[in-house]
Parts: sequence; C-alpha cells; structure tokens
Amino acid sequence: MPILFVNILILLNTIFYQPVTENDSKPAIMDFETFQQYLKHENDTVYVINFWATWCAPCVKELPDFEKLNQKYADKNFKMLLVSLDFRKMYHTRLIPFIEENKLSAEVLLLHDPDANAWIDKVDPSWSGAIPATLIYKNSFRLFHEGGYTFDELNTIVEPLMN
Amino acid sequence: MKRIFSLIIFSLVFGFTLPAQGYKVGDKAMDFSLINVDGKMVSMADYPDAKGFIVIFTCNHCPYSIAYEDRKIALSKRFEPMGYPVIAINPNDSTLQPQDSYSQMIVRANKKQFPYPYLLDADQSVFKTYGATRTPHVFLLNKENNDLIVRYIGAIDNNYEDEDAVTEKYVENAIKALGNGKLPDPDFTKAVGCTIKYKKS
Repeated sequence: MPILFVNILILLNTIFYQPVTENDSKPAIMDFETFQQYLKHENDTVYVINFWATWCAPCVKELPDFEKLNQKYADKNFKMLLVSLDFRKMYHTRLIPFIEENKLSAEVLLLHDPDANAWIDKVDPSWSGAIPATLIYKNSFRLFHEGGYTFDELNTIVEPLMN
Repeated sequence: MKRIFSLIIFSLVFGFTLPAQGYKVGDKAMDFSLINVDGKMVSMADYPDAKGFIVIFTCNHCPYSIAYEDRKIALSKRFEPMGYPVIAINPNDSTLQPQDSYSQMIVRANKKQFPYPYLLDADQSVFKTYGATRTPHVFLLNKENNDLIVRYIGAIDNNYEDEDAVTEKYVENAIKALGNGKLPDPDFTKAVGCTIKYKKS
C-alpha cells in the first residue's frame, strides 16, 4: 500500500476516532485498527484489558473485582481498559448509563468492529470470541484468559508484575 | 523465563484446566436426541434425505443470537429445501440463565415462528462434544458415506450487527462450495459471542 494512503488513513483515524484520554467519562469508540495500539505497548506498564459488554452477566459480575484492582494500583505503572463489545446502537442507551450507574473508574472504550473474525486472533490466537476475556501484559509478558476472574486471581497475576 | 515462571504460578494457583477440544473440521459428528419446543425428541437420523445439517448453538438471551435470529430463519427457509436443514440447540443451564429455560424457549419459538427445531441440550453434553464455546456458534455438517462430517465451524457471516453490511456469508458460501463438490474456504471463523453457561465441575 502506498505510504501516502497509509498516512491519510492514520490521519482520518486521528480525526474520526477520539484517542482515549483520562478524565473523560464518555468512552471512545474505535475500530480494531485503532484499538490494537493498546495491545502492544512496551513501557513497563502493566496493562489489564478486559473484554466485556453490559448485557453479559458473567462480565458484569466480575467488574467490581476489576474496579477493586484498578483502585489498588491507580497510582502505579498500571493501566486498565474495559473494552466494551456492546453494539454501537447501545452506546447512549446502555453503555453510558451503565458506566454512570456503576461509577466505573477504569477507562472504558467501545470496540466497534463487527468483522470479529478479522481481529479476534490478533488479540490472542487462543480466544474463541466468547466474553468475558482478559489480556494482562507487561512488555513481553502476556497472559490471555477466556472466562471470568476474581480479584484474588487478578491480584496474584498482577502483583508480581508491579516490580 | 519470567513469563514461564508466572504461567507455572498461575497454573498452580488456579488449577488451570482447558476445556475439551471438541470437533475440528473433518471430524465425524455424533447424532443426538434432544427435546424440541414442541415436546418431541429430535435426532438428525429423523432426516434420512438430508445432505447435511446447519447445527447452530444459540439461545434466547444473548444479543448476538437475537441479532442473528432473522438470518437463522432465512437460512432455514433457503437451505432446508436444498437438503441442509437448520437445527438450533440451546446449550445453556437455565439455573444460571433463566431466560434460556425450556419454557422460555417455547415462548420465543412461538413468537418468532421458528421454521426449524429449537432443541434443549438438557444435560449439556452435546455442546461439550461438539466443542461449542459461545452463542451463536455454527457447525455445518455434510453427509458423506452415511457419516456426518464437520465441514465448517464458526460464524454465520462477518457482521453480527448489520446484516446489510455483511460482505462474507460464511455458512451460505460453505454450503454452496459443498454443493459444487468443493471444501468450504474459509472452513473456520471466529466471532464475538456469549459464553455458554454451565456449572464448572
């Protein structure tokens, strides 16, 4: 692909997809192309990336445990992303009210890219696509898990990574 | 090294168990006998003239299953006359997901007038044998020498949210390929879906 075209794509992405920013209660909406930057940082930060949706009962059940983890490490080299796979049309009707009602402190974004077969393997080849699913990584350490987590399970993985 | 160490710790702490592998493309699929929403038992053996089956693990509550409901009905109406009936199976434990109870299945089937059987995997053995992990999850079976061979596993198409934006109709293309004496390509796709609800033993 010509470099110019790629540049234009990147520029368009920058314009149309608001980058994730702190202190912004409205979740960013992005496609996988834009989202995948969050999967490969190498900056000594521990990333906990949870894939969920407001209608997914086991996802909602584990969110308080993720919140607890986020609060525990809030002032450390730690970044949690709650990646919602709610439908785009539920953004205003379900997702934003849910975040407000549950006072989520961790950053939420809406991954809107319905051609999931094109990107599921890029998150992790072992992922079938079912949610909840969580990727924890730091530099070259990666641990992907399809299914739920408790706070203790999360903390057992994260704590040794914090040093 | 650190990674391996952490994985070992993780495995020790959580007794990490991998789910059964289930079917892969090319495997021989087993028949089943499950209760339909009309109270009768249904097996694939009840369809002696079928060339194959579109087995879809699906349920009432999951928004992805609901988003695909009309497309499942369309698949059934189009491909049953061509020898590939749709058989829908609800694999969920209704004590964990009450909307997916047998009585709620009957309500949903009547409301939407499903043209296909909607079966309850009551002991949850069928989804485990097949290796379904989410709803909806399609297993396209093809009858070959009186065996049912898995020829495609995955999603119905490549856009759960907007049927008009679909660019690849995986199941339809797979059946067409089989009709032309070819193997489906792709024969395996992934999709976002709801986890199947079962009690971990």
